[in-house]
Amino acid sequence: MQPFKFIRAQDSHAAITAALTNNAKFIAGGTNMIDLMKLNIEKPTQVIDINGLKLDKIEIFSNGTIRIGALVKNSDLAYHPTIIKSYPVLSEALLSGASAQLRNMATVGGNLLQRTRCPYFYDTTYPCNKRAPGSGCSALNGYNRNNAVLGTSDKCIATHPSDMCVALAALGAVIHVQSDSGVREIPFNEFHLLPGETPQFETTLKHGELIIAVDIPAIAYGARSHYLKVRDRASYEFALSSAAVALDIKNGRILTARVALGGIGTKPWRSLAAEKVLMGAVNNEQSYRTAAEAALSGAKPYQHNAFKIELAKRTLVRALATVGGMS
Amino acid sequence: MSDLLNQDEKPHRGGSTRREFLTQITMAGAGLSFAPILVKSVTPTSALALIQPVKVNLMVNGLAKSLTIDSRVTLLDALREGLAMPGTKKGCDHGQCGACTVLVNDRRINSCLTLVAMCDGAQITTIEGLAKGDQLHPMQEAFIKHDAFQCGYCTPGQICSAVGLVKEGHAKTDANIRELMSGNICRCGAYQNILEAIKEVQTT
Repeated sequence: MQPFKFIRAQDSHAAITAALTNNAKFIAGGTNMIDLMKLNIEKPTQVIDINGLKLDKIEIFSNGTIRIGALVKNSDLAYHPTIIKSYPVLSEALLSGASAQLRNMATVGGNLLQRTRCPYFYDTTYPCNKRAPGSGCSALNGYNRNNAVLGTSDKCIATHPSDMCVALAALGAVIHVQSDSGVREIPFNEFHLLPGETPQFETTLKHGELIIAVDIPAIAYGARSHYLKVRDRASYEFALSSAAVALDIKNGRILTARVALGGIGTKPWRSLAAEKVLMGAVNNEQSYRTAAEAALSGAKPYQHNAFKIELAKRTLVRALATVGGMS
Repeated sequence: MSDLLNQDEKPHRGGSTRREFLTQITMAGAGLSFAPILVKSVTPTSALALIQPVKVNLMVNGLAKSLTIDSRVTLLDALREGLAMPGTKKGCDHGQCGACTVLVNDRRINSCLTLVAMCDGAQITTIEGLAKGDQLHPMQEAFIKHDAFQCGYCTPGQICSAVGLVKEGHAKTDANIRELMSGNICRCGAYQNILEAIKEVQTT
């Protein structure tokens, strides 16, 4: 691990000021970053501990918005009674990720910035445009079974690893970030970037900006939601494919739907195409299947991951059927 | 590692100087004229020169501990090497196996993915702190009773994780327990007996 100066920030202003130094990184849970630092993939020269910033509250406003502090632990959010009751998709997504220990450490803000688990990103002996821009993508013609089929480019096909982010994408969360010039809000869909020509840039977060909270705007039918994750092991494994769905159903018709997919995209993949198909459709399996076809219509398979396209469709159909069948 | 953890060590730029190093290299290279070019990128620095010390106060198993320690040191290494408490085990060192599980402020975490610098003021409980004198913790008793280990390397982490799981109170079924213990790998495969041990403690 590269040496670094460790700073305990007492408040967000101090944290942001310290972060303006070149090559500074915030640390919260550290579950991903310390791993990457041990592997010399992340090499900050200044690490700012933000755990003292008191951003660990979950607030519920009178308009129904839920504000989740950036330092709320994944386990605390997953087991929060309001989240379990009103947005089971988020609770289920969180509990499907990592292990109990890691969920006790990992924060909401950190989870938003989780890095890919593409093996070529982790193995520093391989070229990787995300880790070493311009060096090439080893996954394109390498072993790419776990790589993405949506949102890829010829520079990067790394899968976004987060489960939580897939649920937050479906819920249309809003990310609050603070800098020395104030606070701004970023709609969830505008937070993560597609790899394009520059896979080293993963979010629209700017240098010196600190994530302080995530808002979930009220969704009346949020209780009719579900997260389904398909993976190689029954637990403690990243998704091959996953689906976060919520349905508003009346008299056998779907009024509104929220659909996001995980494990198959280079970013948490909200599918407005699938939502459009479902809006006004009869609540039956045929509609689910049509929506799944729409969601994966732009998918591009690579040598070892073509199976993911059908798997993702079936994952979505089953998740929709689960919610569609709820009383 | 002991260098990184010495409580009294002042960091300094030290060790052999660049000139001394160059001299050694040049001598070793029998006076090859390009030797200085070759070593230009490997300006020698001693390990001590890289240390960025941080002061940390911890309560470990009820005892106050104060360390001035390199910022890179994990809680796991601080416990094992700095505080001479090797009960917490290093397995994968990447948060994948759970052997390093300890309780921080009563919550189970992976000590290998936590910098000790992040634990200032925290209460740490390790496997060494579960028993009260000669009286084993009920989870330790249950692991022995149910033969919940074979080689024993994962056991401190399994027991600390199981204690955390019972405190959390979310495991209602066998499937829940298995799921919520999935962060602790046992390559001997004692899972069935670990399950039985946890169930016994949960119901008593």
